[in-house]
Amino acid sequence: MKSLFSSVSAVTGAFLLILFVFASLAAPWIAPYDARQISGEIWQPMSAAHWLGTDNLGRDLFSRLLSGARLTLSFAFVISVMATLAGTLLSFLAVSVGGAVEGILSRLNDLFMSLPSLIIALVALAVLPQTNSTLIVVLAAIGATRVYRLGYSLASHILATDYMEAAKLAGESHAYRVIREMLPNARFPLLAEWGMQFSASILFISTLSFIGLGIQPPAADWGAIVRENKDGILFGVSAAFYPAIAISLLVIAVNLLVDALSRKLQQQEDQ
Amino acid sequence: MSEALLQVAQLCVGHQQTVLIDNVSFELRKGDVLGVIGESGAGKSTLGLAVMGHYRGALRPLSGSITFQGETYHPRDACRLATQQGKRICYVAQSASAGFNPAFPLGSQVIEAACYHGVLTPEAAQEKMLQLFALLGLPYPVQFARRYPHQVSGGQLQRAMTAMALCSSPDLIVFDEPTTALDVTTQLDVLAAIRHAVKQTRTAALYISHDIAVVSQIADSLLVLRHGKQIEYGRTADILRSAAHPYTRALLNTRHPAPLPVAEHHAPVLELRDLTVGYGNGEPVISQLSLTLPRGQTYALVGESGSGKSTLARTLAGLQKPQSGELTLEGKALSFDCQQRTAQQRWQIQYIYQNADTALNPRHRVRELVGRNIMRRSGLHGAALKARLSQLLEQVELAPELADRFPSQLSGGQKQRVAIARALAAEPEILICDEPTSALDPLVAQGVLALFRQLQQSAGLTLLFITHDIATVRSIAHSVAVMHRGKLVRQGLRETVLTPPFDDYTARLLQAEPTLEPGWLASALKVPSPEHPLSLQEILT
Repeated sequence: MKSLFSSVSAVTGAFLLILFVFASLAAPWIAPYDARQISGEIWQPMSAAHWLGTDNLGRDLFSRLLSGARLTLSFAFVISVMATLAGTLLSFLAVSVGGAVEGILSRLNDLFMSLPSLIIALVALAVLPQTNSTLIVVLAAIGATRVYRLGYSLASHILATDYMEAAKLAGESHAYRVIREMLPNARFPLLAEWGMQFSASILFISTLSFIGLGIQPPAADWGAIVRENKDGILFGVSAAFYPAIAISLLVIAVNLLVDALSRKLQQQEDQ
Repeated sequence: MSEALLQVAQLCVGHQQTVLIDNVSFELRKGDVLGVIGESGAGKSTLGLAVMGHYRGALRPLSGSITFQGETYHPRDACRLATQQGKRICYVAQSASAGFNPAFPLGSQVIEAACYHGVLTPEAAQEKMLQLFALLGLPYPVQFARRYPHQVSGGQLQRAMTAMALCSSPDLIVFDEPTTALDVTTQLDVLAAIRHAVKQTRTAALYISHDIAVVSQIADSLLVLRHGKQIEYGRTADILRSAAHPYTRALLNTRHPAPLPVAEHHAPVLELRDLTVGYGNGEPVISQLSLTLPRGQTYALVGESGSGKSTLARTLAGLQKPQSGELTLEGKALSFDCQQRTAQQRWQIQYIYQNADTALNPRHRVRELVGRNIMRRSGLHGAALKARLSQLLEQVELAPELADRFPSQLSGGQKQRVAIARALAAEPEILICDEPTSALDPLVAQGVLALFRQLQQSAGLTLLFITHDIATVRSIAHSVAVMHRGKLVRQGLRETVLTPPFDDYTARLLQAEPTLEPGWLASALKVPSPEHPLSLQEILT
């Protein structure tokens, strides 16, 4: 861990991420106003009363960003964990069992990956009831297809090793082979992939919220706050920029950390 | 004789506190061959590259000097020696298949360095190359030059690489284990070709190998390295006759294993009838093969790579489905699919891999690697499991403290011992060993072989021991089968198989085994080699 944080970019990433996580956890205590209450004129510029000004309805933008951070971070966390777990387990199981199971799962995955993920999300969210759990499941399923690809190639490499053959000769069950023999050898690349999923989920939810299919009002994540205030850009109001900057900083922070992690893994492999 | 071409004086190579080459001195005259011997990690390759002015990674010369053709290079300007690479000094790597670019024909790659350094014009290089191909015993030189690396055999590729090195007519060639990756019979051809070419062109050579028998055939003088230190240096004949250092004597003795008691007749435990195995629609790798393993004996299967030895072992283990055949274990039919076998049958047959590195899960500790089999086989838990684990580790001559280590924290020999302990935990009847010692250094391999012998005798195990090394067969086997192109060409008790009259193939295999006797290489070449139509002898006469 010491060498992981020896680079400037890793420290920057970790600092920003911790800042965001802390802000979202402590939101109720640090927010100066209720994020849903109108507290002034609309689209006020920055001032001592409203640090980042007010939004299209006159709500305090800083308070809204804090509550949005909670939503964005927790959704992205849940979605990326689910996507990584599902993709990993399915791909490792497919490789370990082989035969028809492997064929069907892999072709289904190819099918989903051949369609643009935004289209799949639009169709699924339009057809299914508009709840937060639907949103989470749909986005996790889309993320899982990517993890499946990576997991499949990792598992195929591991399956070809002599120790996997030895486990087969010893008559070990599929569950033991996947969980005890294969997964520990793939944990680092999968950990890095989880990081990538996390930042991809942040962007995807923000995108969906921006076009109105993501998190529904009155709750608002950063993507939704950008949408609410986008018309202000025409009048020279910068309210839409703050959530956009927050999204960028968060994604950059996660990517910096993932990069540092992958570099460290590469070093480990070189040794 | 002329004065020294290369003089290395008190050379130390390392990085900060780590010293890989510690105070090595030797000299090499024009036309002479110096053999460098040592186990892996002894610093052989580092020394070979240092002579070329090349240092891997962060390694740097620390002290001492290298004098090449009268010019002395000190540590601070040692890398200047690298300007001689490809012109006056050339290099032949261990793995020729990794050294050639697969996208270009061999001919263009062989002459590339000589043309690039301006030593020869392309036309002259072309002509030189054809001469060298003929000198090295490569068939049809003109056609050979047009072939791509994947279209020729490993031995031919290694000779092409030697031709590449000789093409610039260098004064010094560094051979880094050029025959280690080759079969014994191929090794013989390549070795003879290298020796002949080096003698003909009067090139000096540094020949690196871990096999003292191979080196003694080609080198005028020997340098024995251990842990980076020079422990023996002198004329080959002197060292072979009276080695001063105990390590050198131990190396020499690995070639003289103690004799095994004569085998008696034993009841069969595993019987195989009319086995045919093939991959895809191609010609079968094994055809109509029958084999009987006598109980409590060691049965050695010997042959070159590609002869089907490993395929046979994998089929018996239940990892490879055959096209036809019958298998019985203790008189009862046994499935060819390990998943279809009963747990009892699976425990009875255990498999030892060639490479313990890949056979042990790198994320499991020794405790789990061996303990898992103990728990599943005998149902032991807690203190009883711990006691059994320690007992098994002691049985394979490992300290019980090693139980907490990961495989990467063990040496090659220790890893193979853990793999053996894991197999023993299953309380097997039969051990199938697929070249378990060929990836190990000679002295370590000797220790592991002794362990196999002792386990076989004390536990009454039946061993199917696959190897390409006749010396190993002599030291471990009661019965021997010689395998060639998917068939057993000769089988029986060790004494019968290894005494004349021989069939052609067995004779060739036995002759190809490197020995320490001075005239071995010359005498070995008298055996006809049907696979190479234009042999060295024909070119010479």
